Amino acid sequence: MEYLKNIGRVIWGIIKNTFCSFKMNTRVRSEQFCRNEYNLTGICKKQYCPLANSRYATIREFDGVCYLYMKTIERAAFPNRLWERVKLSKNFEKALKQIDDNLIFWPRNIKHKCKQRLTKITQYLIRMRKIMLYGRRKVVPISRHVEKREKTRERKALIAAKLDNAIEKELLERLKKGTYGDVYNFPTAAFDKVLDAEETDDEEDTARKDYEAEEEEEEEVEEEIEDEDDYGQVQYVAAEDFDESDASDMEDMDRVTPKRRAHQEDSSEDESQDEDSNKGKSLKGKSKKGKGKLKRARVEIEYEEEQERPSAAKQRLESF
Amino acid sequence: MEENFVEAPPEKEPTERPVFPQNAFSHIRNKTRRRELYKKFKLEVTKAKKLERLRKKKERETLGDKAPPKQVPKTIESMRVFDETMVDPEDREVQHDEAHDEMAAYFKREVEPKVLITHSNITPWRIRKFLRELRSCIPSAKVFQRKRVPLKTVIRQATARDYTHVIVLHHDKTVPNGLIISQLPDGPTAHFRISNVQIRKEIKRCDRHTLHKPEVILNNFNTRLGHRIGRLFATMFDQDPEFVGRQVVTFHNQRDFIFFRRHRYVFRKNMRVGLQELGPRFTLKLRSLQKGTFDTKFGEYEFVHKRREMDTSRRKFML
Repeated sequence: MEYLKNIGRVIWGIIKNTFCSFKMNTRVRSEQFCRNEYNLTGICKKQYCPLANSRYATIREFDGVCYLYMKTIERAAFPNRLWERVKLSKNFEKALKQIDDNLIFWPRNIKHKCKQRLTKITQYLIRMRKIMLYGRRKVVPISRHVEKREKTRERKALIAAKLDNAIEKELLERLKKGTYGDVYNFPTAAFDKVLDAEETDDEEDTARKDYEAEEEEEEEVEEEIEDEDDYGQVQYVAAEDFDESDASDMEDMDRVTPKRRAHQEDSSEDESQDEDSNKGKSLKGKSKKGKGKLKRARVEIEYEEEQERPSAAKQRLESF
Repeated sequence: MEENFVEAPPEKEPTERPVFPQNAFSHIRNKTRRRELYKKFKLEVTKAKKLERLRKKKERETLGDKAPPKQVPKTIESMRVFDETMVDPEDREVQHDEAHDEMAAYFKREVEPKVLITHSNITPWRIRKFLRELRSCIPSAKVFQRKRVPLKTVIRQATARDYTHVIVLHHDKTVPNGLIISQLPDGPTAHFRISNVQIRKEIKRCDRHTLHKPEVILNNFNTRLGHRIGRLFATMFDQDPEFVGRQVVTFHNQRDFIFFRRHRYVFRKNMRVGLQELGPRFTLKLRSLQKGTFDTKFGEYEFVHKRREMDTSRRKFML
């Protein structure tokens, strides 16, 4: 036995230092691979070398069937019976159990590597079956240059299409043709009038859409149309003397009066405060004239602020 | 000297368009001054242009028909290479052909469309989302998972279940790149390159659709091939749209690119139309058109886009 172990050592000494026909050097010198079909991991290393080890186990696959191969020291002298092989079940879990049973007193590392190899083989078998069933994806080369050109052309075509205009035009044509029937309840007389008007302005209209440079013209046309729209509409116009700020005053009255009353009461007691309130009023008036056109809500807010300000300043002055 | 140059062009004749001076101010070394002069010049150029425009407008108003005609810009469309197969809608031969092809039954309302939409095997979220939106455009459509079934089997099964169209979307990662529209049982099969897909989430100011059947607009499908493709699109939709929904699906062909859009419209005062986009957007370009259903090995092709032979001029279009 010791002699056989020594043989292994000698073989590895030769393989490592001189030459092995299964050995494959990679570009990275640190890694070396093994091409021997009995190799468990594919790495050229003493513990995974099927030649240098008299006790070795591996898994091989023939036509989709996996076998567990084992060789032991006892059979090292009989090359024709060197490997003992066990057919593994197609059920993955059962196969794992078979490995466990057969390699029960073997080094744990070999057992583990065998299981790993079995997993790998089952996975590639599954993948092969799928490819056979569904076929492989065909990879088609795409010219980057052409793709880029297409992209630019598409972008330019989109600009030239003027999609919104085209769609609007088509929809209007359908409306004129009467595709929509009774869906739209337009007063017919007014509708025809607009149609007539459009026919006369047709040239201008098309020109408007075609040339962006003539935007001003377009605006003028729009304004005219909008002016015409106002015929017959009811509008409410204010009297000449009327100022908007007055209106806001009137509406604010209810809210303001209690404060003013308070001011008046104060004034009866103290003259200085009376002046104060007068100032406040005058300021208030100014601000309102200036901001007469603003919306009412804003004026309200400012009103409350300004009432306090002068009085505070005055107080500060008095304190000095 | 520079100032002379600047003031000269507009004063001479308002009708004459001022010439743009190439490097006219480059000899001035002071950058600020150079810029000022250039600005001044530019202003005058624009002014002159405006005057010219107004003059032309007045001329048109006063002279009426006698006015010199407006200049028509030369575009790729107007310079298009003549195509012999351009369809005249009143051509009897075309009318006869179209009354007897595979798609005629749809327009006679003998067959109602029933569309099956599917994709390639693994689909990311964005593709599924896009397909759902595409389904919402076509009222009779249903989306099915492919589950690794070969396309020919899909077509066989779909035919057995009375589907009239099969749409298959191919994609590279999250970007769609191919679309097959096949009419069943014996109609044509078109293969498109699909690009610029935008789902609703990616479009600005995009609204939700309603469940009404949309109208279809087919723009610029003018050649025989274009007519055929346009008709193929039209057969996927119901021939009696619900106008109450005011939804419209557009296939607009421009320079062989087919732009797909969906809108809700409203007719406003003075013959104006308001449009609200409802997503999705995409662009198609025809790769091939096949007789019969999908069969890449033995199928008969009516049209195959061959770049080197066909893309000889930028002004030559197929659709």
